[in-house]
Amino acid sequence: MAQHGIQEHSHGAGVPIQTRNERPRSTSIEDFAEVSKLQEIWRYLPIDKLKGLTQSVIGEISEDSVEIKLAEGVTASWVETTKAKVGSAGLPEDRIAAIAWTNASKTLVIDVPKELEQSQPSFVVIKPNSDAATAAHVLINVGTHAKTTIVLDHAGLGVLGENVEIVLGDESTLNFVTIQDWDKGSTHVSTQFAKLGRNSNLRHTVVSLGGDLVRVTPAVELSSPGAEINMYGVYLAESGNYFEHRPYVDHIAENCKSNVAYKGALQGVGAHTVWVGDVLIRETAVGTDSYELNRNLLLTAGARADSVPNLEIETGKIEGAGHASASGRFDDEQLFYLQARGLNETEAKKLVVRGFLSEIIQKIEIDEIEQRLIGAIELELEKVGV
Amino acid sequence: MSKLEIKNLHVSVNTDQGPKQILRGVDLTISSGETHAVMGPNGSGKSTLAYSVAGHPKYEITDGEILLDGENVLEMSVDERARAGLFLAMQYPVEVPGVSVSNFLRTAKTAISGEAPALREWVGDLKTAMKNLRMDSDFTERNVNEGFSGGEKKRHEILQLELLKPRIAILDETDSGLDVDALKIVSEGVNRAKANTDLGVLLITHYTRILRYIQPDFVHVFVAGKVAEQGGPELAERLEAEGYDRYLKASA
Ligand SMILES: Nc1ncnc2c1ncn2[C@@H]1O[C@H](COP(=O)(O)OP(=O)(O)O)[C@@H](O)[C@H]1O
Ligand SMILES: [Mg+2]
Repeated sequence: MAQHGIQEHSHGAGVPIQTRNERPRSTSIEDFAEVSKLQEIWRYLPIDKLKGLTQSVIGEISEDSVEIKLAEGVTASWVETTKAKVGSAGLPEDRIAAIAWTNASKTLVIDVPKELEQSQPSFVVIKPNSDAATAAHVLINVGTHAKTTIVLDHAGLGVLGENVEIVLGDESTLNFVTIQDWDKGSTHVSTQFAKLGRNSNLRHTVVSLGGDLVRVTPAVELSSPGAEINMYGVYLAESGNYFEHRPYVDHIAENCKSNVAYKGALQGVGAHTVWVGDVLIRETAVGTDSYELNRNLLLTAGARADSVPNLEIETGKIEGAGHASASGRFDDEQLFYLQARGLNETEAKKLVVRGFLSEIIQKIEIDEIEQRLIGAIELELEKVGV
Repeated sequence: MSKLEIKNLHVSVNTDQGPKQILRGVDLTISSGETHAVMGPNGSGKSTLAYSVAGHPKYEITDGEILLDGENVLEMSVDERARAGLFLAMQYPVEVPGVSVSNFLRTAKTAISGEAPALREWVGDLKTAMKNLRMDSDFTERNVNEGFSGGEKKRHEILQLELLKPRIAILDETDSGLDVDALKIVSEGVNRAKANTDLGVLLITHYTRILRYIQPDFVHVFVAGKVAEQGGPELAERLEAEGYDRYLKASA
């Protein structure tokens, strides 16, 4: 576990580091270069699997391929994307996000009225059921002092370019889960933006289970004091899956807290996951407390996990900042211990993987999602058994 | 009645310098109800013997055989051996992050007996066993061996011994690192298992201390990968007085 010294990350003279806040932000496609592996943001991506998502003109998600099941008090409406509120959580930083933004003429707006405390989760399920490139835009607005849970689920077949905006009012709390459980042949590039109000609290969990290419880039702006973000991720990748997660926390205001923890299990030849965790602590972000972690468990040979934590610190007046990243094989001693207690190899591996991921799974706090994840692990590990 | 027979066992371990011979012809027979103490200096191969019987993949059996009631143990996988009734209390129990003791124990019990235990009965047995071993009830919510003290790890091993009810148990230095109170508690657990299930025990130890609490029927002195001498409990007393020097000189 590496604890980062502040000196290491101050920007010394002459070193040309492109800091995260220097990236251009725009909704116009022309403001961004064509997608190319020469750019850091695309360097790992199997570009051939992007399908049509790099074309300037793509389709738009139809309302009837979105199932909406809202808890009482929470409302949904489709509005013109040009409406003022859209874009308030952030703007695209790359071409694919700009394409999706431009091509989604309608935005699905989920409103959680102020002071609503609703423990029942709301569900939005996107099922394009087509391999044509499609754009979608979702905006979640959580009012002041409101508190609830929202699950954004993606399933079936789809080639989806998506922007998700999450705006938290002052003192509000949102437990948000985005699930990527696509069928084979699917591609999903999801750019997510969150902007947190004063003393608000967002739990943002990414669950990636299926899809040929899944790229989720959640960026969180902590521009009001006292806000707290917990970004969790859990993923199970097998042969044919490429999952890329790039969480980004931008510490701007004072006394904010961020905690990022992603854990994944990989198996099978060609299973590939990428995690790039960016944390930027700006000069103004006095009193920041930040930590990021990524761990990967490689269940078989031939799988690959890339893991890159980036921490930029521009002020010395912080509570703490650190990161940890590790990828490893099954621990033979663990397996031996469990097998010596009568568990066969598959049962032992299931238990180890569940244990490994449980730290994150427990954070979801939505029973049916937890059960679904445990079921997915069981299924996945049955395959290792054979 | 069960019988574990170890015959002419030769074992080597793979090292960076190539295979290294550790066990050089071990003969031991343990029957139900018997307690055999295996005593020997550090590095003499005691743990290797224990791991070889349990089937750790690191150790290669180059000669000899292991039979449990006439069945060839060497052909069984690690978990088959456990289900056949062999149990190894480890010298260094392994952490399993994110897996609670309660989940682990129930999963192990289910695996060993081939069906999930009846809930009410299981909860009762677990409670009683933990109480006997002076373990707090919130212990079951902790992750397996994670952050356990040395004493907690050993008690947890004996808890498993009592709950899984094997036929033959190998205890690898279960006494090491324990203060005298913990040693007594752990020894009581072993004696309970012996009384309740007619357990056969292979008790590996470096010191004679534990033999005051667990009476051995046989004592085997283990030196340089084989049994150098065997006898009754009086042999342990002699070792206490003289140490291993005599055997080490002879083997050198
Ligand atoms: N995995 C291993 N790699 C290399 N040497 C080993 C390994 N395991 C055991 N040995 C060696 O085998 C010998 C016996 O070890 P061990 O069985 O642990 O002895 P004991 O339990 O009696 O102290 C020692 O010299 C030890 O260094
Ligand atoms: Mg040893």
